[in-house]
Amino acid sequence: MMKTKNNSAKTLLMGLVVIAVLAVLSVGAEAIANSASSLSIMLAVLKKATVYALLAVSMNLLNGFTGLFSLGQAGFMLVGAYTYAILTIPAAKRAGVYQYYDGGVVKFSIPEVFSGVLGESIGPVVGMVLTLVICGLLAAFFGWLIGLPVLRLKSDYLAIATLGFAEIMRTFIQFEGFAPLTNGSNTLRQYTTFKHLYPYVIVVGICILILVLLINSTYGRAFKAIRDDEIAAEAMGINLAKHKMMSFVISSFFAGVGGGLMAMYMSSVQAKGFTSAMTYEILLMVVIGGIGSISGSIIASFLFIGCSEWWLRFLDDPANNIGGLSLLAPGFRMVVFSVFIMIVVLFFRRGLMGDKEFPDLFRRGKRQKKGAAGK
Amino acid sequence: MQTFTQTMLPTLLAGISAGGQYALIALGYTMVYGILRLINFAHGDIFTVAGFVMFYAITVMPVYLAIPFTIFVTVLLGFTVERLAYKPLRSAPRMSVMISAIGVSYLLQNLMWYITGGQPQQYPVIPWISDKVVILGQETKRVTVITPILTVVLILILLLLIKRTKIGLAMRAASRDFETARLMGVKINGVISMTFVIGSFLAAVGSFLFFSNYSTVSPTVGTMPGLKAFVAAVFGGIGSIPGAVVGGFIIGICENIIRALGYSTFSDAFTFALLILVLCLKPTGLFGEKLEEKV
Amino acid sequence: MKKLFALLLALVMTLSLAACGGDSGSEVSDDGAKVIKIGIYEPSSGANGAGGKKEVLGIEYANSVTPTVTIGGEEYQVEVVPVDNQSENDKGVSAAQQLVSAGVAVVLGSYGSGVSMAAAPVFEEASIPAIGCSCTNPGVTLGNPYYFRVCYLDPFQGSVLANLAKDEFDAKVAYVFTELGDDYSEGLGEYFSQECGRLGIQVVADKNPAGNTDMSGFVNAAKNAGADVIFAPTSTTVASLLIDQAASAGIPLIAGDTWDDAVILQAASKSGADVYFSTFYDEGASQAAADFMSGFQSWLNANSDKLSNNGGTDTVSAVSALGYDAYMVAIEAIKAADSTDSATIKDALASVTYTGVTGDVKFDEEGDVDKNIIFIKGVDTDKGEFYSVKEQGLNG
Repeated sequence: MMKTKNNSAKTLLMGLVVIAVLAVLSVGAEAIANSASSLSIMLAVLKKATVYALLAVSMNLLNGFTGLFSLGQAGFMLVGAYTYAILTIPAAKRAGVYQYYDGGVVKFSIPEVFSGVLGESIGPVVGMVLTLVICGLLAAFFGWLIGLPVLRLKSDYLAIATLGFAEIMRTFIQFEGFAPLTNGSNTLRQYTTFKHLYPYVIVVGICILILVLLINSTYGRAFKAIRDDEIAAEAMGINLAKHKMMSFVISSFFAGVGGGLMAMYMSSVQAKGFTSAMTYEILLMVVIGGIGSISGSIIASFLFIGCSEWWLRFLDDPANNIGGLSLLAPGFRMVVFSVFIMIVVLFFRRGLMGDKEFPDLFRRGKRQKKGAAGK
Repeated sequence: MQTFTQTMLPTLLAGISAGGQYALIALGYTMVYGILRLINFAHGDIFTVAGFVMFYAITVMPVYLAIPFTIFVTVLLGFTVERLAYKPLRSAPRMSVMISAIGVSYLLQNLMWYITGGQPQQYPVIPWISDKVVILGQETKRVTVITPILTVVLILILLLLIKRTKIGLAMRAASRDFETARLMGVKINGVISMTFVIGSFLAAVGSFLFFSNYSTVSPTVGTMPGLKAFVAAVFGGIGSIPGAVVGGFIIGICENIIRALGYSTFSDAFTFALLILVLCLKPTGLFGEKLEEKV
Repeated sequence: MKKLFALLLALVMTLSLAACGGDSGSEVSDDGAKVIKIGIYEPSSGANGAGGKKEVLGIEYANSVTPTVTIGGEEYQVEVVPVDNQSENDKGVSAAQQLVSAGVAVVLGSYGSGVSMAAAPVFEEASIPAIGCSCTNPGVTLGNPYYFRVCYLDPFQGSVLANLAKDEFDAKVAYVFTELGDDYSEGLGEYFSQECGRLGIQVVADKNPAGNTDMSGFVNAAKNAGADVIFAPTSTTVASLLIDQAASAGIPLIAGDTWDDAVILQAASKSGADVYFSTFYDEGASQAAADFMSGFQSWLNANSDKLSNNGGTDTVSAVSALGYDAYMVAIEAIKAADSTDSATIKDALASVTYTGVTGDVKFDEEGDVDKNIIFIKGVDTDKGEFYSVKEQGLNG
């Protein structure tokens, strides 16, 4: 017991150091990106990938560590994104955003309230972070609500039920009756966002650290036991319903926070974007990274976003065609990209990392070296 | 009576017609699920591809050739998808196969965008079935009437195939117990291929009916009908052929009634809410427990 | 070992791709001529891909007509940099950022208001002015100092169309059919309904959930409500589904600017539907408009790729004309600014006046143009052509 405590304290410390280093690096990356306009795309890609890293890890907690195949991620993100947008639009801009609904029913903005109390410099940041927590809590609440009936279902049925739930969420947000709150089908915009990369990195870093600590705790071991064999886990005295619900609610919480960050990145939210295609994208990231590997999910989300939004764009430009071929045309990028994905799914079934974590790679290397030295 | 024929009849007709189409697509889902325990997410996209093939085929050949050609290409696609994307994962966990199915769906959609340029295309008019007919004073397309009839006929043939032929026996055996069937000398890969061939064939037929009614093909048009057809399959008890048909009709009719009542915002949400409700109350669906009906 | 190999492979792939990506971003003209870049922020895939491509064609045609601009006495080559925003807000942000990366001086686009609103903060941050071509939602320019546009707005368009319903069809009841979750569609529907309230037209409204392809229920509902017209400001995809059904019910259709598209022509000609829509452009309105039409058509017919991007026909879409005008306005602004600096061009845009093929362009303080007449076109189902119905304004 003592040892676990030491271990988690060590992980916590290590994690905080890593986050601090990454935050400093991200400030550096931002400086590089701003130094030349040709690199400014890098900043957008890094922001988006950082957000997706959190979303992929939160999905991995469910699909990879607890063995619950859920496809409701977009629904929880939607809750988070709308919560964030609704609560942070400055009061003065509400009339313009809610143009058909007299400025909507919410008349305050949390960052503004806090900047009134704590001052202009810290106030908005505290407000934004607090709003992100509210996003998470609300998503977690919906997770709990939907978890009550659906968590009893087996794998594929659970997948399709959660997929359906995400569609239902979208309909309710778009419903005319709630429009004074959600702005119906219209875009929510002009809310307060993080302008720089490092706040994204810090928030996502802390969230992922919490998830790592959770997975390394006794709860995490219970999750893995459920994944590996439900019946055996139950025989060992693990309360299945309680642990499944816990994993589902926690995953929803972080999906909600991720949704809030996503809203910040997009700087406008509209329910129609949160389709099952978004969930599939996150699922593919989890698969590419390795189901059951946190570092895999993180690496994969950076690769995925980098490829789809940046590196492969040249494939869409007919001007880049070589010779007489007219292969390159709008849409070709996505075809190449989906072929890549199929190759990974079929031939590298365990993904980049399998169920290993990044430090494991070095550890194994060391052991091998030791063995060689022994001989 | 006058008000009934004016208000309810068109709604019911549309519902039955939509239901028939859902049923045809749902059969593809239910048969594959019965044997492989796989939600074939790409099935809706195969259906869409059938629509596009028909659109392009009609520009180079007459209708009576285009129809069999479309069926052939669709069946070939279904067969190829199974061989390339599902067969290598036969021994992998079920989740991997499902992910592969999602990947195929993603690939097919992107391919269609690339090839067609995202332009929605007008589906060719198939003579006779697109003609107008008058039923009880309501003008409608002949296809609306044909769809449920054709659906029922096709399903009876399918049931005969499954109950009376050798391959049908093999299918039933495989769906009951995959491993034992293999040990008993059933050529399991052949059976699975056959399942995909039949499923794709039905999707192609479904696409003729669907697009004759709704006339526009675009790369994502199959997603929603596909999902709904899947819901229909689950609703009726996945793996059960009569279940898929009944589920298809119930969902088609319910949806149209909800729209007629003016709650169309919730018509999709209703479908999924129904799904969740059914799954919670009776996880095996309406006809799920009858094992001998499974394919 | 296999895993290590996979990891290495992925790394190599990533690095090589990164190298490629780096190349395409910064192209410096080899022949010594100076280059100024204009970004095209348009969807070429996704729900609005088809319309976006047509807008791009208009811009490309304009570029072929006016390929150079003189700044400070020197001739600059104008290079257009297209990027695909995939019709989705989350993809749009990085697409917009890609344009900023490419170092464009002005941005044109996008088709669809949602993606334009999503990209507005990116352009504002980079101090790059953007000129919207066919994004009609008020929210695009409202509160976005760097966004301008060359088309009219939805409040105006909606009101005019309601007047059309009154004048042409003497409508007592209108069925308003919008797309759930689409702010263009619902916004236009909202303004139409408001004006109907003023004109004493009774409104029955319903929304189509995304992805639904079965329109018969809605048409039946319209029929049962005794609607004289159906107002359907929808995307072309939904439109072609609807036209078929409405034709059999015999109810005339009124729609917004998105319907000025070859897809509608095909659908309506096939079914014999009675279709009217508002548009930005009428070839008979002025000499410039007529010249644009003939020039654009011969340019399209000269290149099969362009023609297929236009949907395989040489029917001129209004969005192409708007794309053309947006490009020309950008050129005027660059000339007026006499600089390649985007912030200076933005200031110059505010005072640019230009007579385009879709009418006069002069921006107000919000960045919108004041166009007080809308062209109404209809479909001649026998000939399979669009014809001009009238120029509709507001009554009293």
